[in-house]
Amino acid sequence: MSLNLLLQISPEVTPSTLGTANPVSIAIFFLFVAVTLYITYWAAKKTKTGSEFYAAGRNISGFQNGLALAGDYMSAASFLGIAGMVATKGYDGLIYSIGFLVGWPLIMFLVAEPLRNLGKYTFADVVAFRLKQRPIRIAAAAGSLMTIAFYLIAQMVGAGSLIKTLFGLDYEIAVVVVGVVMTSYVLFGGMLATTWVQIIKAVLLLSGATILVLLALSKFNFSPGELFLSVKSQYGADMLAPGGFITNPFDALSLGLALMLGTAGLPHILMRFYTVPDDKAARKSVFVATGFIGYFYILTFFIGFAALALVGKDAILGLDKGGNMAALLLAENTGGSAFLGFIASVAFATILAVVAGLTLSGASTISHDLYVHVVKHGVSDEKGEMKVAKRATIFLGVLAVALGLMFKGQNVAFMVGLAFSIAASANFPALLMSIIWKGFTTKGAVWCMVTGASLALILIVLSPTVWVDIMGNSEAIFPLKNPTIVSMTSAFVVGIIVSLLQPEKEAADLFESEKLRTYLGHGSEK
Amino acid sequence: MSKTNTHEILQSAAFKKLVKNRWNISLSFTFVMLFVYIGFLLLVAYDKDSLKMPIGESLNLAIVVGLGIILFSWLITGAYVYWANNYYDEAVKEIKKEII
Repeated sequence: MSLNLLLQISPEVTPSTLGTANPVSIAIFFLFVAVTLYITYWAAKKTKTGSEFYAAGRNISGFQNGLALAGDYMSAASFLGIAGMVATKGYDGLIYSIGFLVGWPLIMFLVAEPLRNLGKYTFADVVAFRLKQRPIRIAAAAGSLMTIAFYLIAQMVGAGSLIKTLFGLDYEIAVVVVGVVMTSYVLFGGMLATTWVQIIKAVLLLSGATILVLLALSKFNFSPGELFLSVKSQYGADMLAPGGFITNPFDALSLGLALMLGTAGLPHILMRFYTVPDDKAARKSVFVATGFIGYFYILTFFIGFAALALVGKDAILGLDKGGNMAALLLAENTGGSAFLGFIASVAFATILAVVAGLTLSGASTISHDLYVHVVKHGVSDEKGEMKVAKRATIFLGVLAVALGLMFKGQNVAFMVGLAFSIAASANFPALLMSIIWKGFTTKGAVWCMVTGASLALILIVLSPTVWVDIMGNSEAIFPLKNPTIVSMTSAFVVGIIVSLLQPEKEAADLFESEKLRTYLGHGSEK
Repeated sequence: MSKTNTHEILQSAAFKKLVKNRWNISLSFTFVMLFVYIGFLLLVAYDKDSLKMPIGESLNLAIVVGLGIILFSWLITGAYVYWANNYYDEAVKEIKKEII
């Protein structure tokens, strides 16, 4: 390849149409909302019972669920954020996305099949299976709701600012629109509608990102090598190798554990395993999801570098200090304003789908874990439970909008890390130990979850992430940016010690008989 | 299924082997994945220079390893599905015959 070619495609700074009402994006977005609301109308007719509302009647195929899992997981934050990170910091963005991916194989090996066989609607079903219902449900619900709330705040605030930038719509209006549309999906169409919204969104996002990469690579004779050479000639070889992202290995390990094991503790991800007919379909869905998510991260890697080479770092940073607009600028650069409109509306659809999944899992925690098993002691008619589930959905919809408005303009980026941290420290250890350890007791589980959640929460406040960056103190009390290495390890240790100190004979006996269900699927929810 | 039957299955050699094999495979795969990922993080933390080693005209070791881990994560889940579909499910079928 010739050097001349590289020089010809030097970045040019053109005024962007971002932030103005783009007719294409508005048209596509309305089309998306119309189609998904029609699906919700169709799903509403099939959503009467609890199993239909929470688990789409367990009729989703392994492949469909795999796509929906990918849809749940590929947030706008990872699409725009990771592409932006690659575009501004180079290779370091890939280190981050690898962390998000490697949790999926662990979901497969450790939790997917037992979860499907033992549980009904929430992951707390599995933890509480042979332990005392009320204490476990309360502790697990606290962990779930905290994870969901922090994830939701980050998504809603991201949604508001993103839509403002993309469509020129007011932040407040954007937040309310997202809240109303996603609440309608969940309220009327339950898991069936939410699943199809995820599938459509995943297909749109994957195909949009693929087209974007192809358009960008067409400027490099479809050769990734030429793209890398162009980045190298403009920004130096260091852009293509690890930079300053990881300096302290403990920090890296702690964040790595949070991303990896937190994925296996996200309530809205775990809940999806109840939508398939059996454990075989559950494992297939993880394989499909891992493939699509991995492919997606490879795409974002190329999108980031292509934006760097074609749009230029200055233009990207000029529009947004975090680099979040890199993918959109690249779309405009390669496909014009119509394609920009398409990618922008895909990003909007992405946010809608993710918050719908979060809200559904929050509603099931409130109605199934708290209302049925704590308030009603496990005895409730389906009608009553559904009523509470629907009220919980409306409550969470309103709460999501309120939190979105409350946290406007605040730095909430750390909240995604916090959500993963709590999921890895409170939900994952309890779930894993309840599946594999006979000696795990009710007290052990409660202490495990309480320790994990509270340490994650307290330590992140004392960490450089909040104590220094947000509260403006000069030095952090806790040295690591992410607390997971301490909070998760403590959760495991406390859970084991408390269980050993006071064995629970009934729980150990039930562990044996539960095996028929765990390993053979005998008596699993159909 | 009667209570004694449940007990018999749980105590049977076939069932015990099933559970043992399942965790042998799952935990080995888990450790391989942890090893690969944590190894990668430590490499990034301690030996950035070797990752800069060029491979061919336009690539370097860091890109190959990074994209390789993504591919590996997918393949290892595929390997588990292959094992579970061909060996685990067959063993479950055999044991289930006894229940009926």
